[in-house]
Amino acid sequence: MNPTPDTGGAPDALRWEAGDTSRIPFAVYTDEQRHRRELERFFYRGHWCYVGLEAEIPNPGDYRRSVVGERSVIMVRAEGGAIHVVENVCAHRGMRFCRERHGNKKEFVCPYHQWSYALNGDLQGVPLRRGVRQDGQVKGGMPADFDPKQHHLTQLKVAVRGGVVFASFDPEVESLEDYMGPTILGYFDRLFNGRKLNILGYNRQRIPGNWKLMQENIKDPYHPGLLHTWFVTFGLWRADNKSELRMDAHHRHAAMISTRGSAGQATGSASQVTQVSSFKSSMQLEDPRFLDIVPEPWWGGPTAVMTTLFPSVIFQQQVNSVSTRHIQPDGHGAFDFVWTHFGFEDDTPEMTQRRLRQANLFGPGGFVSADDGEVIEFSQQGFESKPGHRALAELGGREVGETDHMVTETLIRGMYAYWRQVMEAPL
Amino acid sequence: MNRDTAALDLSLYHELQALYADYASAVDSGQWDLWPGFFTEDCVYKLQPRENHERGFPLATLSFESQAMLRDRVYGIKETLFHDPYYQRHVVGAPLVRRRDERGALHCEANYAVFRTKLDGPSTVFNVGRYLDVVVRTPQGLKFAQRLCVYDSEMIPNAIIYPI
Repeated sequence: MNPTPDTGGAPDALRWEAGDTSRIPFAVYTDEQRHRRELERFFYRGHWCYVGLEAEIPNPGDYRRSVVGERSVIMVRAEGGAIHVVENVCAHRGMRFCRERHGNKKEFVCPYHQWSYALNGDLQGVPLRRGVRQDGQVKGGMPADFDPKQHHLTQLKVAVRGGVVFASFDPEVESLEDYMGPTILGYFDRLFNGRKLNILGYNRQRIPGNWKLMQENIKDPYHPGLLHTWFVTFGLWRADNKSELRMDAHHRHAAMISTRGSAGQATGSASQVTQVSSFKSSMQLEDPRFLDIVPEPWWGGPTAVMTTLFPSVIFQQQVNSVSTRHIQPDGHGAFDFVWTHFGFEDDTPEMTQRRLRQANLFGPGGFVSADDGEVIEFSQQGFESKPGHRALAELGGREVGETDHMVTETLIRGMYAYWRQVMEAPL
Repeated sequence: MNRDTAALDLSLYHELQALYADYASAVDSGQWDLWPGFFTEDCVYKLQPRENHERGFPLATLSFESQAMLRDRVYGIKETLFHDPYYQRHVVGAPLVRRRDERGALHCEANYAVFRTKLDGPSTVFNVGRYLDVVVRTPQGLKFAQRLCVYDSEMIPNAIIYPI
């Protein structure tokens, strides 16, 4: 018999052992019903989700298929240059009609019955709407009161800032700027400061773990200096680097800010960093071009800022490598993780080459990031085998707050404080 | 058969086939140190999703520009990258020689499929694609000056650790 209480049933049956969010029930990762509620409350209502980059659709008619939560959407640039995001579900029979990943179109046509839509999603054509004429009589067709204005594609609310496109199914959602809050907006604008972006390419991986674990991974400054030997050995991410952890007022978004090569400013356990077993003093690169780091003016100091925008995206600046990482859930136990690496319009060819080389550290094969997907998979395995148990997030205390060091799990506690507010609220 | 493949001296084609077979055998053997030896010093090795390749996006999942970088990767596989251990098994088609350039280098390609077997699981199709290679003769025999692995399996099942 299982000695631990079974709390994995209905979505409201969670037991928060410490009262606060310093102990997280495994069941937040394992329950399909709870996952449906998360999709509804985080991805489809009251939140902005990342869709893509303007630079992916530079010309009128350019479109790219994307995802909000588990729903397929299309990001498209209309004739006048405006960007629309419409749901990839035909208003007639519900078919997910857009199958290409990207392209250029004058209109969207569902092949099933050739209902056609303008690029903003408005219904413009319904074949045989007025029936056929046979023997002098009109036969069939849509009812006389059929109103095409009532049957457009779902049109999402769209916000574009700094070349990044966000969308929301919720017409009542607050402004993108209010949604981010001033602190996170500052770090967003630091990276997306108005320069045109230059797409370098994509990496895609399917990670068999709950989507929140990826948010937590980038709200957890404890692991990089331990799991990622590369980071600690080359000083890219060390517990004794000068660092800060910042959040929005709701504690749902966060920025982990670190400055390389400023070791020695922390005290206590952080100063023990060179004692950790993943630090390899003898490790040297045979080809140092992997770490040919050149500071850029827009950094304004920090060499790494990892920003988590809840629930759907991570913005990466790790030295010269910049990317967006899009979280696309698929059930409670898996998500697709899509990386879009980019550069800026004023990059020299050398800088582009540098960004591409440093991209070897990241993505599904990266010297650093490949093991993030692995540990998420194995965490999920642990959760599934005993959903009545709980994880610890007690490093740095049990409260939630910003810090000037990284030896804390405060960002994870903050995210779950927000998660509880939303998930435990009555309908 | 492609005209340039047909025009190749039989012994040279045999040598080329042996290179492909040796490579597959080496990267499936778990002896990662063998891998850089199939390349020239200033080689290019890339593992790239087909979409990036066909749309002209330069990003690759792995992008190495020297044999030294391959040795750094081997160190990473052996010493720094935490991962679930797995076996891999390459099945590589016969190389097709597209052309022989003015310096004698062979521009060839071959389809490949890599199966992954984790210790407690079934064998699954892991990565499927096409090698786009430039093979040159060196005093140590034929070597890859370029090996571009352009993969159809764009949704990577979590992580790729070992060489394709």
